Amino acid sequence: MAARILVAKPGLDGHDRGAKLVAVALRDAGFEVIYTGIRQLPVDIATIAVQENVDMVGLSILSGAHMALVRKTIIALEEAGGGDIPVVVGGTIPSFDVEPLQELGVRATFPTGSSLTDLVAGVHKVLDQHAAETEGTSWTS
Amino acid sequence: MSTPTVARPSLDDELHAATQGNVRSIGRLVSAVENADATVLAAIATRKVGAPLVVGLTGPPGVGKSTATDGLIAHYRAAGRTVAVLAIDPTSPLTGGAILGDRIRMLRHVKDPGVYIRSFAARRQLGGLAETTETAIRLLAVIGFDIILVETVGIGQSEVDIARVASTTVVLVSPRGGDGMQAVKAGVLEIADIFVVNKAELPGAEETVRDLTEALAHRRPAPDSWRPPIVRASAATPGGLDDLAIALEQHREWLEHHPVQPGQVRAELVRRALKDAAVDRFRRALAVPDDAVARVLEGVTPVDAVIDELVLLGRSSRPITL
Repeated sequence: MAARILVAKPGLDGHDRGAKLVAVALRDAGFEVIYTGIRQLPVDIATIAVQENVDMVGLSILSGAHMALVRKTIIALEEAGGGDIPVVVGGTIPSFDVEPLQELGVRATFPTGSSLTDLVAGVHKVLDQHAAETEGTSWTS
Repeated sequence: MSTPTVARPSLDDELHAATQGNVRSIGRLVSAVENADATVLAAIATRKVGAPLVVGLTGPPGVGKSTATDGLIAHYRAAGRTVAVLAIDPTSPLTGGAILGDRIRMLRHVKDPGVYIRSFAARRQLGGLAETTETAIRLLAVIGFDIILVETVGIGQSEVDIARVASTTVVLVSPRGGDGMQAVKAGVLEIADIFVVNKAELPGAEETVRDLTEALAHRRPAPDSWRPPIVRASAATPGGLDDLAIALEQHREWLEHHPVQPGQVRAELVRRALKDAAVDRFRRALAVPDDAVARVLEGVTPVDAVIDELVLLGRSSRPITL
């Protein structure tokens, strides 16, 4: 079964060429990608993530407001019951923000200039790690 | 999937939470159905189900299915009904991946707890309708949604599939370039309960309505049968779906007085399920030898002959469990 990934753009920047490229690259790598367009509220991204039961949320942020937007998205995910869904972030992320983002709970960052090959490999790695941390796919009855 | 922080509830608890509107639970259960989780399939097969209205919307890409779905959500929500949407997009046959973007047209409902929207990839099913749509509809009915809207891209056999699972099938055409009728091929004419000429404000709309009327006039419907109306719509315009909403209501009333013979439907369901399962097993069993590919590439064996060989090969192979 193909893993499902939500590619979302929180915040006010309207540049979604990168997000669309990433969506296509992930599709070509065999993922089912839910794409919701620009200017999404963190709380709406969280709702969509749990409605779609995605295996990962990928945020594309070019506005510079990544710390605040990622924090809000992760809190919103927790409140929606999706705190276990891994979050990755791509965009204009300065190297000194990588560690603070990880401390917020971000599993991987893909700064502008990352190759699509590296991105796909990174996504696979996060999904594998997450699968290893969780066990069983069915409910106890 | 239990994590160190989030313990997974029992299936009964999960189903209960879903009926109480817990979106996380609904999302997880739909995934289980999508992945053919036997425990969940068994659990919902035995549950009592209400009688939700299942409306299928189909038509060629770009005709306005998602926008019409968005308008119907608003219509049914205004009437106080809860709505679930299954938006189905094709899977790439090459990579198995998919981009699911239909809900981008329905974003205004994201804060409404009475609306659940789920994107589906068609995955392996030949017809284009996700093989699990039927079970997903049953699950959403068990959860208790009043209205279930199913949107499929109008290619291949998906239109026919949708007619099988929907109580009302809506076929959308657009007037653009006078190609509306191109989209309404044989087969689609038969399955529509309602035709919608969408984007009716565009030039060519009246011509499309006329063409459709003419095409339908050639049919000889049984005296007591439903006659599919042709309605004009502008899905993106306020009030532009009013005629469709009226037609849907009329069809619902008609269905109440003309229930489909359950036996007919069930036999057809079983037939299709058997065929799907057989094709699926065949697909898994069949490995195309390099030699066959080479012979086709070099033109030494006709394609038909190679296909005949493969059919024999597939039949004699043991299924490979994935």
